[in-house]
Amino acid sequence: MKRRDFIQQTSATAALITLGGLGLQSFTSGSKTTKITILHTNDVHSHIDAFGPEDGRNPNQGGVARRASLVQNIRNENPNTLLLDAGDIFQGTPYFNYYGGELEFKLMSMLKYDAATIGNHDFDNGVDGLLAQLPHAKFDFLSANYDFSNTVLDTFVKPYKTFNKDGIKIGVFGLGIELNGLVDKSMYKETVYLDPVETAQEMTRVLKEDEKCDLVICLSHLGYHYKNAPSKISDLSLAKATKNIDLIIGGHTHTFLPKPTVTKNSEGKNVLVNQVGCYGINLGKIDFYFDADKNKAAEGTSILV
Amino acid sequence: MNYKHLFFIVFAFLTLGCKQEKLSLTKIEGKQINISDSLAIHPDIEAFIKPYREHVNKDLDSVISYAVDTYSKKDGEYNTAIGNLFADAVIQESNIVFNQRTGKNIDMVLLNHGGIRAIISKGNISTRTAYEIMPFENSLVVVEMKGKTIQDSLVNYLSKAKRAHPISGLKIKMDNNFNITETSINNKPIEANKSYYVVTNDYLYNGGDRMTFFKTNDSLYVLNYKVRNALVDYFKKTDTINPVIDDRFIQTK
Repeated sequence: MKRRDFIQQTSATAALITLGGLGLQSFTSGSKTTKITILHTNDVHSHIDAFGPEDGRNPNQGGVARRASLVQNIRNENPNTLLLDAGDIFQGTPYFNYYGGELEFKLMSMLKYDAATIGNHDFDNGVDGLLAQLPHAKFDFLSANYDFSNTVLDTFVKPYKTFNKDGIKIGVFGLGIELNGLVDKSMYKETVYLDPVETAQEMTRVLKEDEKCDLVICLSHLGYHYKNAPSKISDLSLAKATKNIDLIIGGHTHTFLPKPTVTKNSEGKNVLVNQVGCYGINLGKIDFYFDADKNKAAEGTSILV
Repeated sequence: MNYKHLFFIVFAFLTLGCKQEKLSLTKIEGKQINISDSLAIHPDIEAFIKPYREHVNKDLDSVISYAVDTYSKKDGEYNTAIGNLFADAVIQESNIVFNQRTGKNIDMVLLNHGGIRAIISKGNISTRTAYEIMPFENSLVVVEMKGKTIQDSLVNYLSKAKRAHPISGLKIKMDNNFNITETSINNKPIEANKSYYVVTNDYLYNGGDRMTFFKTNDSLYVLNYKVRNALVDYFKKTDTINPVIDDRFIQTK
């Protein structure tokens, strides 16, 4: 009986998506709004301290201690908040050379990061170097297209994770960049890179149909877009080739965007793609509002960027 | 199409009827917040970082050598004092590792001019100096190359590049038209069929700066020794550095 209810509920959700707001909300009551806040960083590259006042490019910007205050304020305002990182946590300041990523992971744990994906530089001390630092991370590493079965990282990295925030189910999965040619084989060893589009299609099916997530987020280290190699898989091409992803949080290309990109998926529906440069200079903040109000729901989803 | 819609409506009607509340995604707001100095520094996080920062800075700033002058890669035509120091340091330190492992000795080194990322300023040299000169994580590799390959491709490359790529062990003379007039390794003429051990970094070995001649050779020894660490080790052993422009790569006028 339970199983049957589940199937029916899925169909109903599908109907809602197909029909938009058409006349179904007459059974709902109240006008509760639930706000889910997604905070994100990428390519922090061991930039624990803020840039100094003499820095030629980013004076007085960044710094984990300042990011911590900001994140804490946002969480106080809205406890339904997730904090995510899109990879390349390692490498870039002597902190990494001296401590191998220990401090980065400890601080991210103190900031209560919920999940991160793995960037190419996170292999800089090899799969063994990453494994050695994992005890310092109180958050999950997500990667759906790196098969670590034949490496020491086997079972330490999950393809996806779901979170429940005030009745809203959020599914997050990770995607990494092709390592061959980018990272020395002796570092990534027997890690197998799987096709990001096929992996994403499988992940979105699992998260939407099996896990019944209300929100699907892809944590990607594929790169925003490759102007000189448009056929290379990137966040923009991934968005176009897939469906059921609400937000792609990107990294790798150190792209500073004036605002989050709104693009269309394979079904012509909106997908948000965002990336916040690098070195902890910015924090991305995406708010999702869920509403029971029948009139609001009937109007579809408005996107303000 | 109409039939399909009707089906869905009826189905949804039946199943949603008993549901209390159906939340729909109605609005998305996205922005980015700059981490600027107007944000408060979180005291707990700051206190946690402090001992790490102090340890790193103390180590980075501890004096390990002394420079009698300021050296820049811009001073010199086909060889520079800083490049010569860089090359001499790398060949000396990497040979210790290589010799221990193989019993053999490195004959020459080739690095790239672009790989020198900072000057050495007159005065105290610290570990931080090594980080400034070499901020990248590249490691050293030794390639076994035939004399003929060195002569035909590596030396030819250098005469065409016309840049002060750091070398040591190898000597090159060019005439006015950039034709090679004299070459030697360890002050002896290069023998075409002899195998030489050439140390370089993994970036160049993989074809960086269009140095495509390394990868075609069979024997590769990965030292797992970072270029920067070779510099640090050299500075620690060398009380005072006083490198000069010499005759290792010159053009005769």
